Amino acid sequence: MTIDRTVPRELLKPGADGRFGEFGGRFVPETLVPACEELEKAFDLAWNDSLFRTELSDLLREYAGRPSILTECHNLGRQLGIRLILKREDLNHTGSHKINSVLGQGLLAKKMGKKRIIAETGAGQHGVAAATAAALLGLECKVYMGAVDVERQSLNVFRMKLLGAEVEAVNSGSRTLKDAVNEAMRDWVASVESSYYAIGSVMGPHPYPFMVRQFQSVIGQEARQQFRAICDGKDPDLVVACVGGGSNAMGIFSGFIDADTRLIGVEPAGGAAVGRGVPGVVHGMKSYLMQDEHGQVQEAHSISAGLDYPGVGPEHSYLASVGRAEYPSVNDDEVIAGFALLARSEGIIPALECAHAVAWITKEAPKIQGQTVLMNLSGRGDKDVAQMMTILGESLGK
Amino acid sequence: MDTSKFGVLETKLRSSRAESHKILVPYITGGLTGWIDAIRYAAANGADAVEIGIPFSDPVMDGPIIQQASEKALRDGATPTSIFHELRTVDVQIPLIVMCYYNTVFRAGHERFANSLRDAGVVAAIVPDLPLEESREWCEAADKTGIETIMLAAPTAPDDRLPRVVARARGFVYAVGLLGVTGERSELASTAISMATRLKKITEVPVLVGVGVSNAQQAQQACAVADGVIQGASVVRRLLDQGPDSVGQYVAEVRAAIDNSVVS
Repeated sequence: MTIDRTVPRELLKPGADGRFGEFGGRFVPETLVPACEELEKAFDLAWNDSLFRTELSDLLREYAGRPSILTECHNLGRQLGIRLILKREDLNHTGSHKINSVLGQGLLAKKMGKKRIIAETGAGQHGVAAATAAALLGLECKVYMGAVDVERQSLNVFRMKLLGAEVEAVNSGSRTLKDAVNEAMRDWVASVESSYYAIGSVMGPHPYPFMVRQFQSVIGQEARQQFRAICDGKDPDLVVACVGGGSNAMGIFSGFIDADTRLIGVEPAGGAAVGRGVPGVVHGMKSYLMQDEHGQVQEAHSISAGLDYPGVGPEHSYLASVGRAEYPSVNDDEVIAGFALLARSEGIIPALECAHAVAWITKEAPKIQGQTVLMNLSGRGDKDVAQMMTILGESLGK
Repeated sequence: MDTSKFGVLETKLRSSRAESHKILVPYITGGLTGWIDAIRYAAANGADAVEIGIPFSDPVMDGPIIQQASEKALRDGATPTSIFHELRTVDVQIPLIVMCYYNTVFRAGHERFANSLRDAGVVAAIVPDLPLEESREWCEAADKTGIETIMLAAPTAPDDRLPRVVARARGFVYAVGLLGVTGERSELASTAISMATRLKKITEVPVLVGVGVSNAQQAQQACAVADGVIQGASVVRRLLDQGPDSVGQYVAEVRAAIDNSVVS
């Protein structure tokens, strides 16, 4: 399948209004407006400063372990009748792509003279990455995490504490990622002069969606070169990634936006903001949002804490609205099967988030026979093993 | 002075100020048990206007008390529609103001929402997550309908920002008293006085301090500079714990304290 040539194919840089098409913007309390403006300027300076970029790429190489490799899944590819190649963000230090963004944001926070960073986390991957960057760069770190997630991701909670971060369980609302973001924003409103809010995904008020995408674009840049090197100079037919807020997906999509490649963002069926949402405004941005007729944000339900979010980054809403990317969803059972499948066929245990991408590829395989598929394996599954033991344990004969 | 260019709320507040009357605006979460009575008792005990909060699932500017009230009202089935419906039955003579997060407006549609407010007898709106730069569409719809949009001014705003915020304010300017979310504090933050002072220097629009004005004494302190105060968490806590009667008593207590501040 080829891509419709009439669809916009350039990577947008949002203008002064912080919009990707109609999506994005800066819907924050007045208290935070100057902080967002200050950050916008600071990021712009840093991103165009070769010293900052060198400092960041040195850290990404020597600390995070970049570039991450590509791994071809010969067994699973043969079984599915496709050529399946993984971008191994799971091999980064701290076990996911989140480190790419927090190293950038941590350096920026220091440049801005902030002593403390605030972060929200769902699965705990961003929280761990933020705590790691804070430890490395000598910053204080406070992580907000929904009480439900504290329970199902207890290993990551302990990791954050080991790294010196303070973790606060959030008991309001649905007690998951959405409420962790609310609480982090409340902290930020109170501490804006001394604290930097390190948002974990391509979401929030401008410039966060743009800035986090730029920090994650290293995934797509590397992947395109690496893919061409092993596939005779060709681009993949499909690039597939899971989408909650959508930072790993934007990171890899950004490298292929102008290619003849289908971009697929897989959402959880219980948190399908693009698939089931309508435009709305929460957490500082206008984007697709699961909400009721009165505008109350609905609770997402997903087996994966990292995707348990009723909204999505505004650039994804834009890509969906212009038809450049597709956003199918898979259910929890398909995810569990995908999780087990990648483990058994390739010896790679994926994060439950990435198992969404595996599940969609498996389901779609009959329709994409013989095609090349690049999947972003954005995190490793160690954090999910305890949860999966209770689900799969019996069938494995524990 | 030509008052016809001002809306109902601003006209009233300006004339209060002209009579050296300090302005008291209690906040009450719509849909909470006893909320309509709380509005009546507040009006009867010296409130100059009432701010009614439409509960929202994700109230990022609110601390624990108002969060708790919002969650409870939502669990009890409150919706913007049900709140507007009940508001039409309120027979008080003071202006009604609505506070709601922007998605409530956006989901309904700007014009439709402005019309709903007007039809419910509401004269002004506060949308705390809609800063100046994002407010054009709403303000146009509100202006057309005669709804006064109250703008917030925060301590973080540099001096060159405040005049732009104030220029768009109708009804009054909401001076955010501290860096933080709504909730009671043991002391009035120094930023409450400095914000009121900065704003009074640059505007004729009435200046009311809210967020962190937690009791009668703090209201009196704020009124030394400001034209009045908004009290949220301290009112809602009483409504939650003791019911609407206690809201009336509390409003009377604050009224007496701020009247005193004028005399002394």
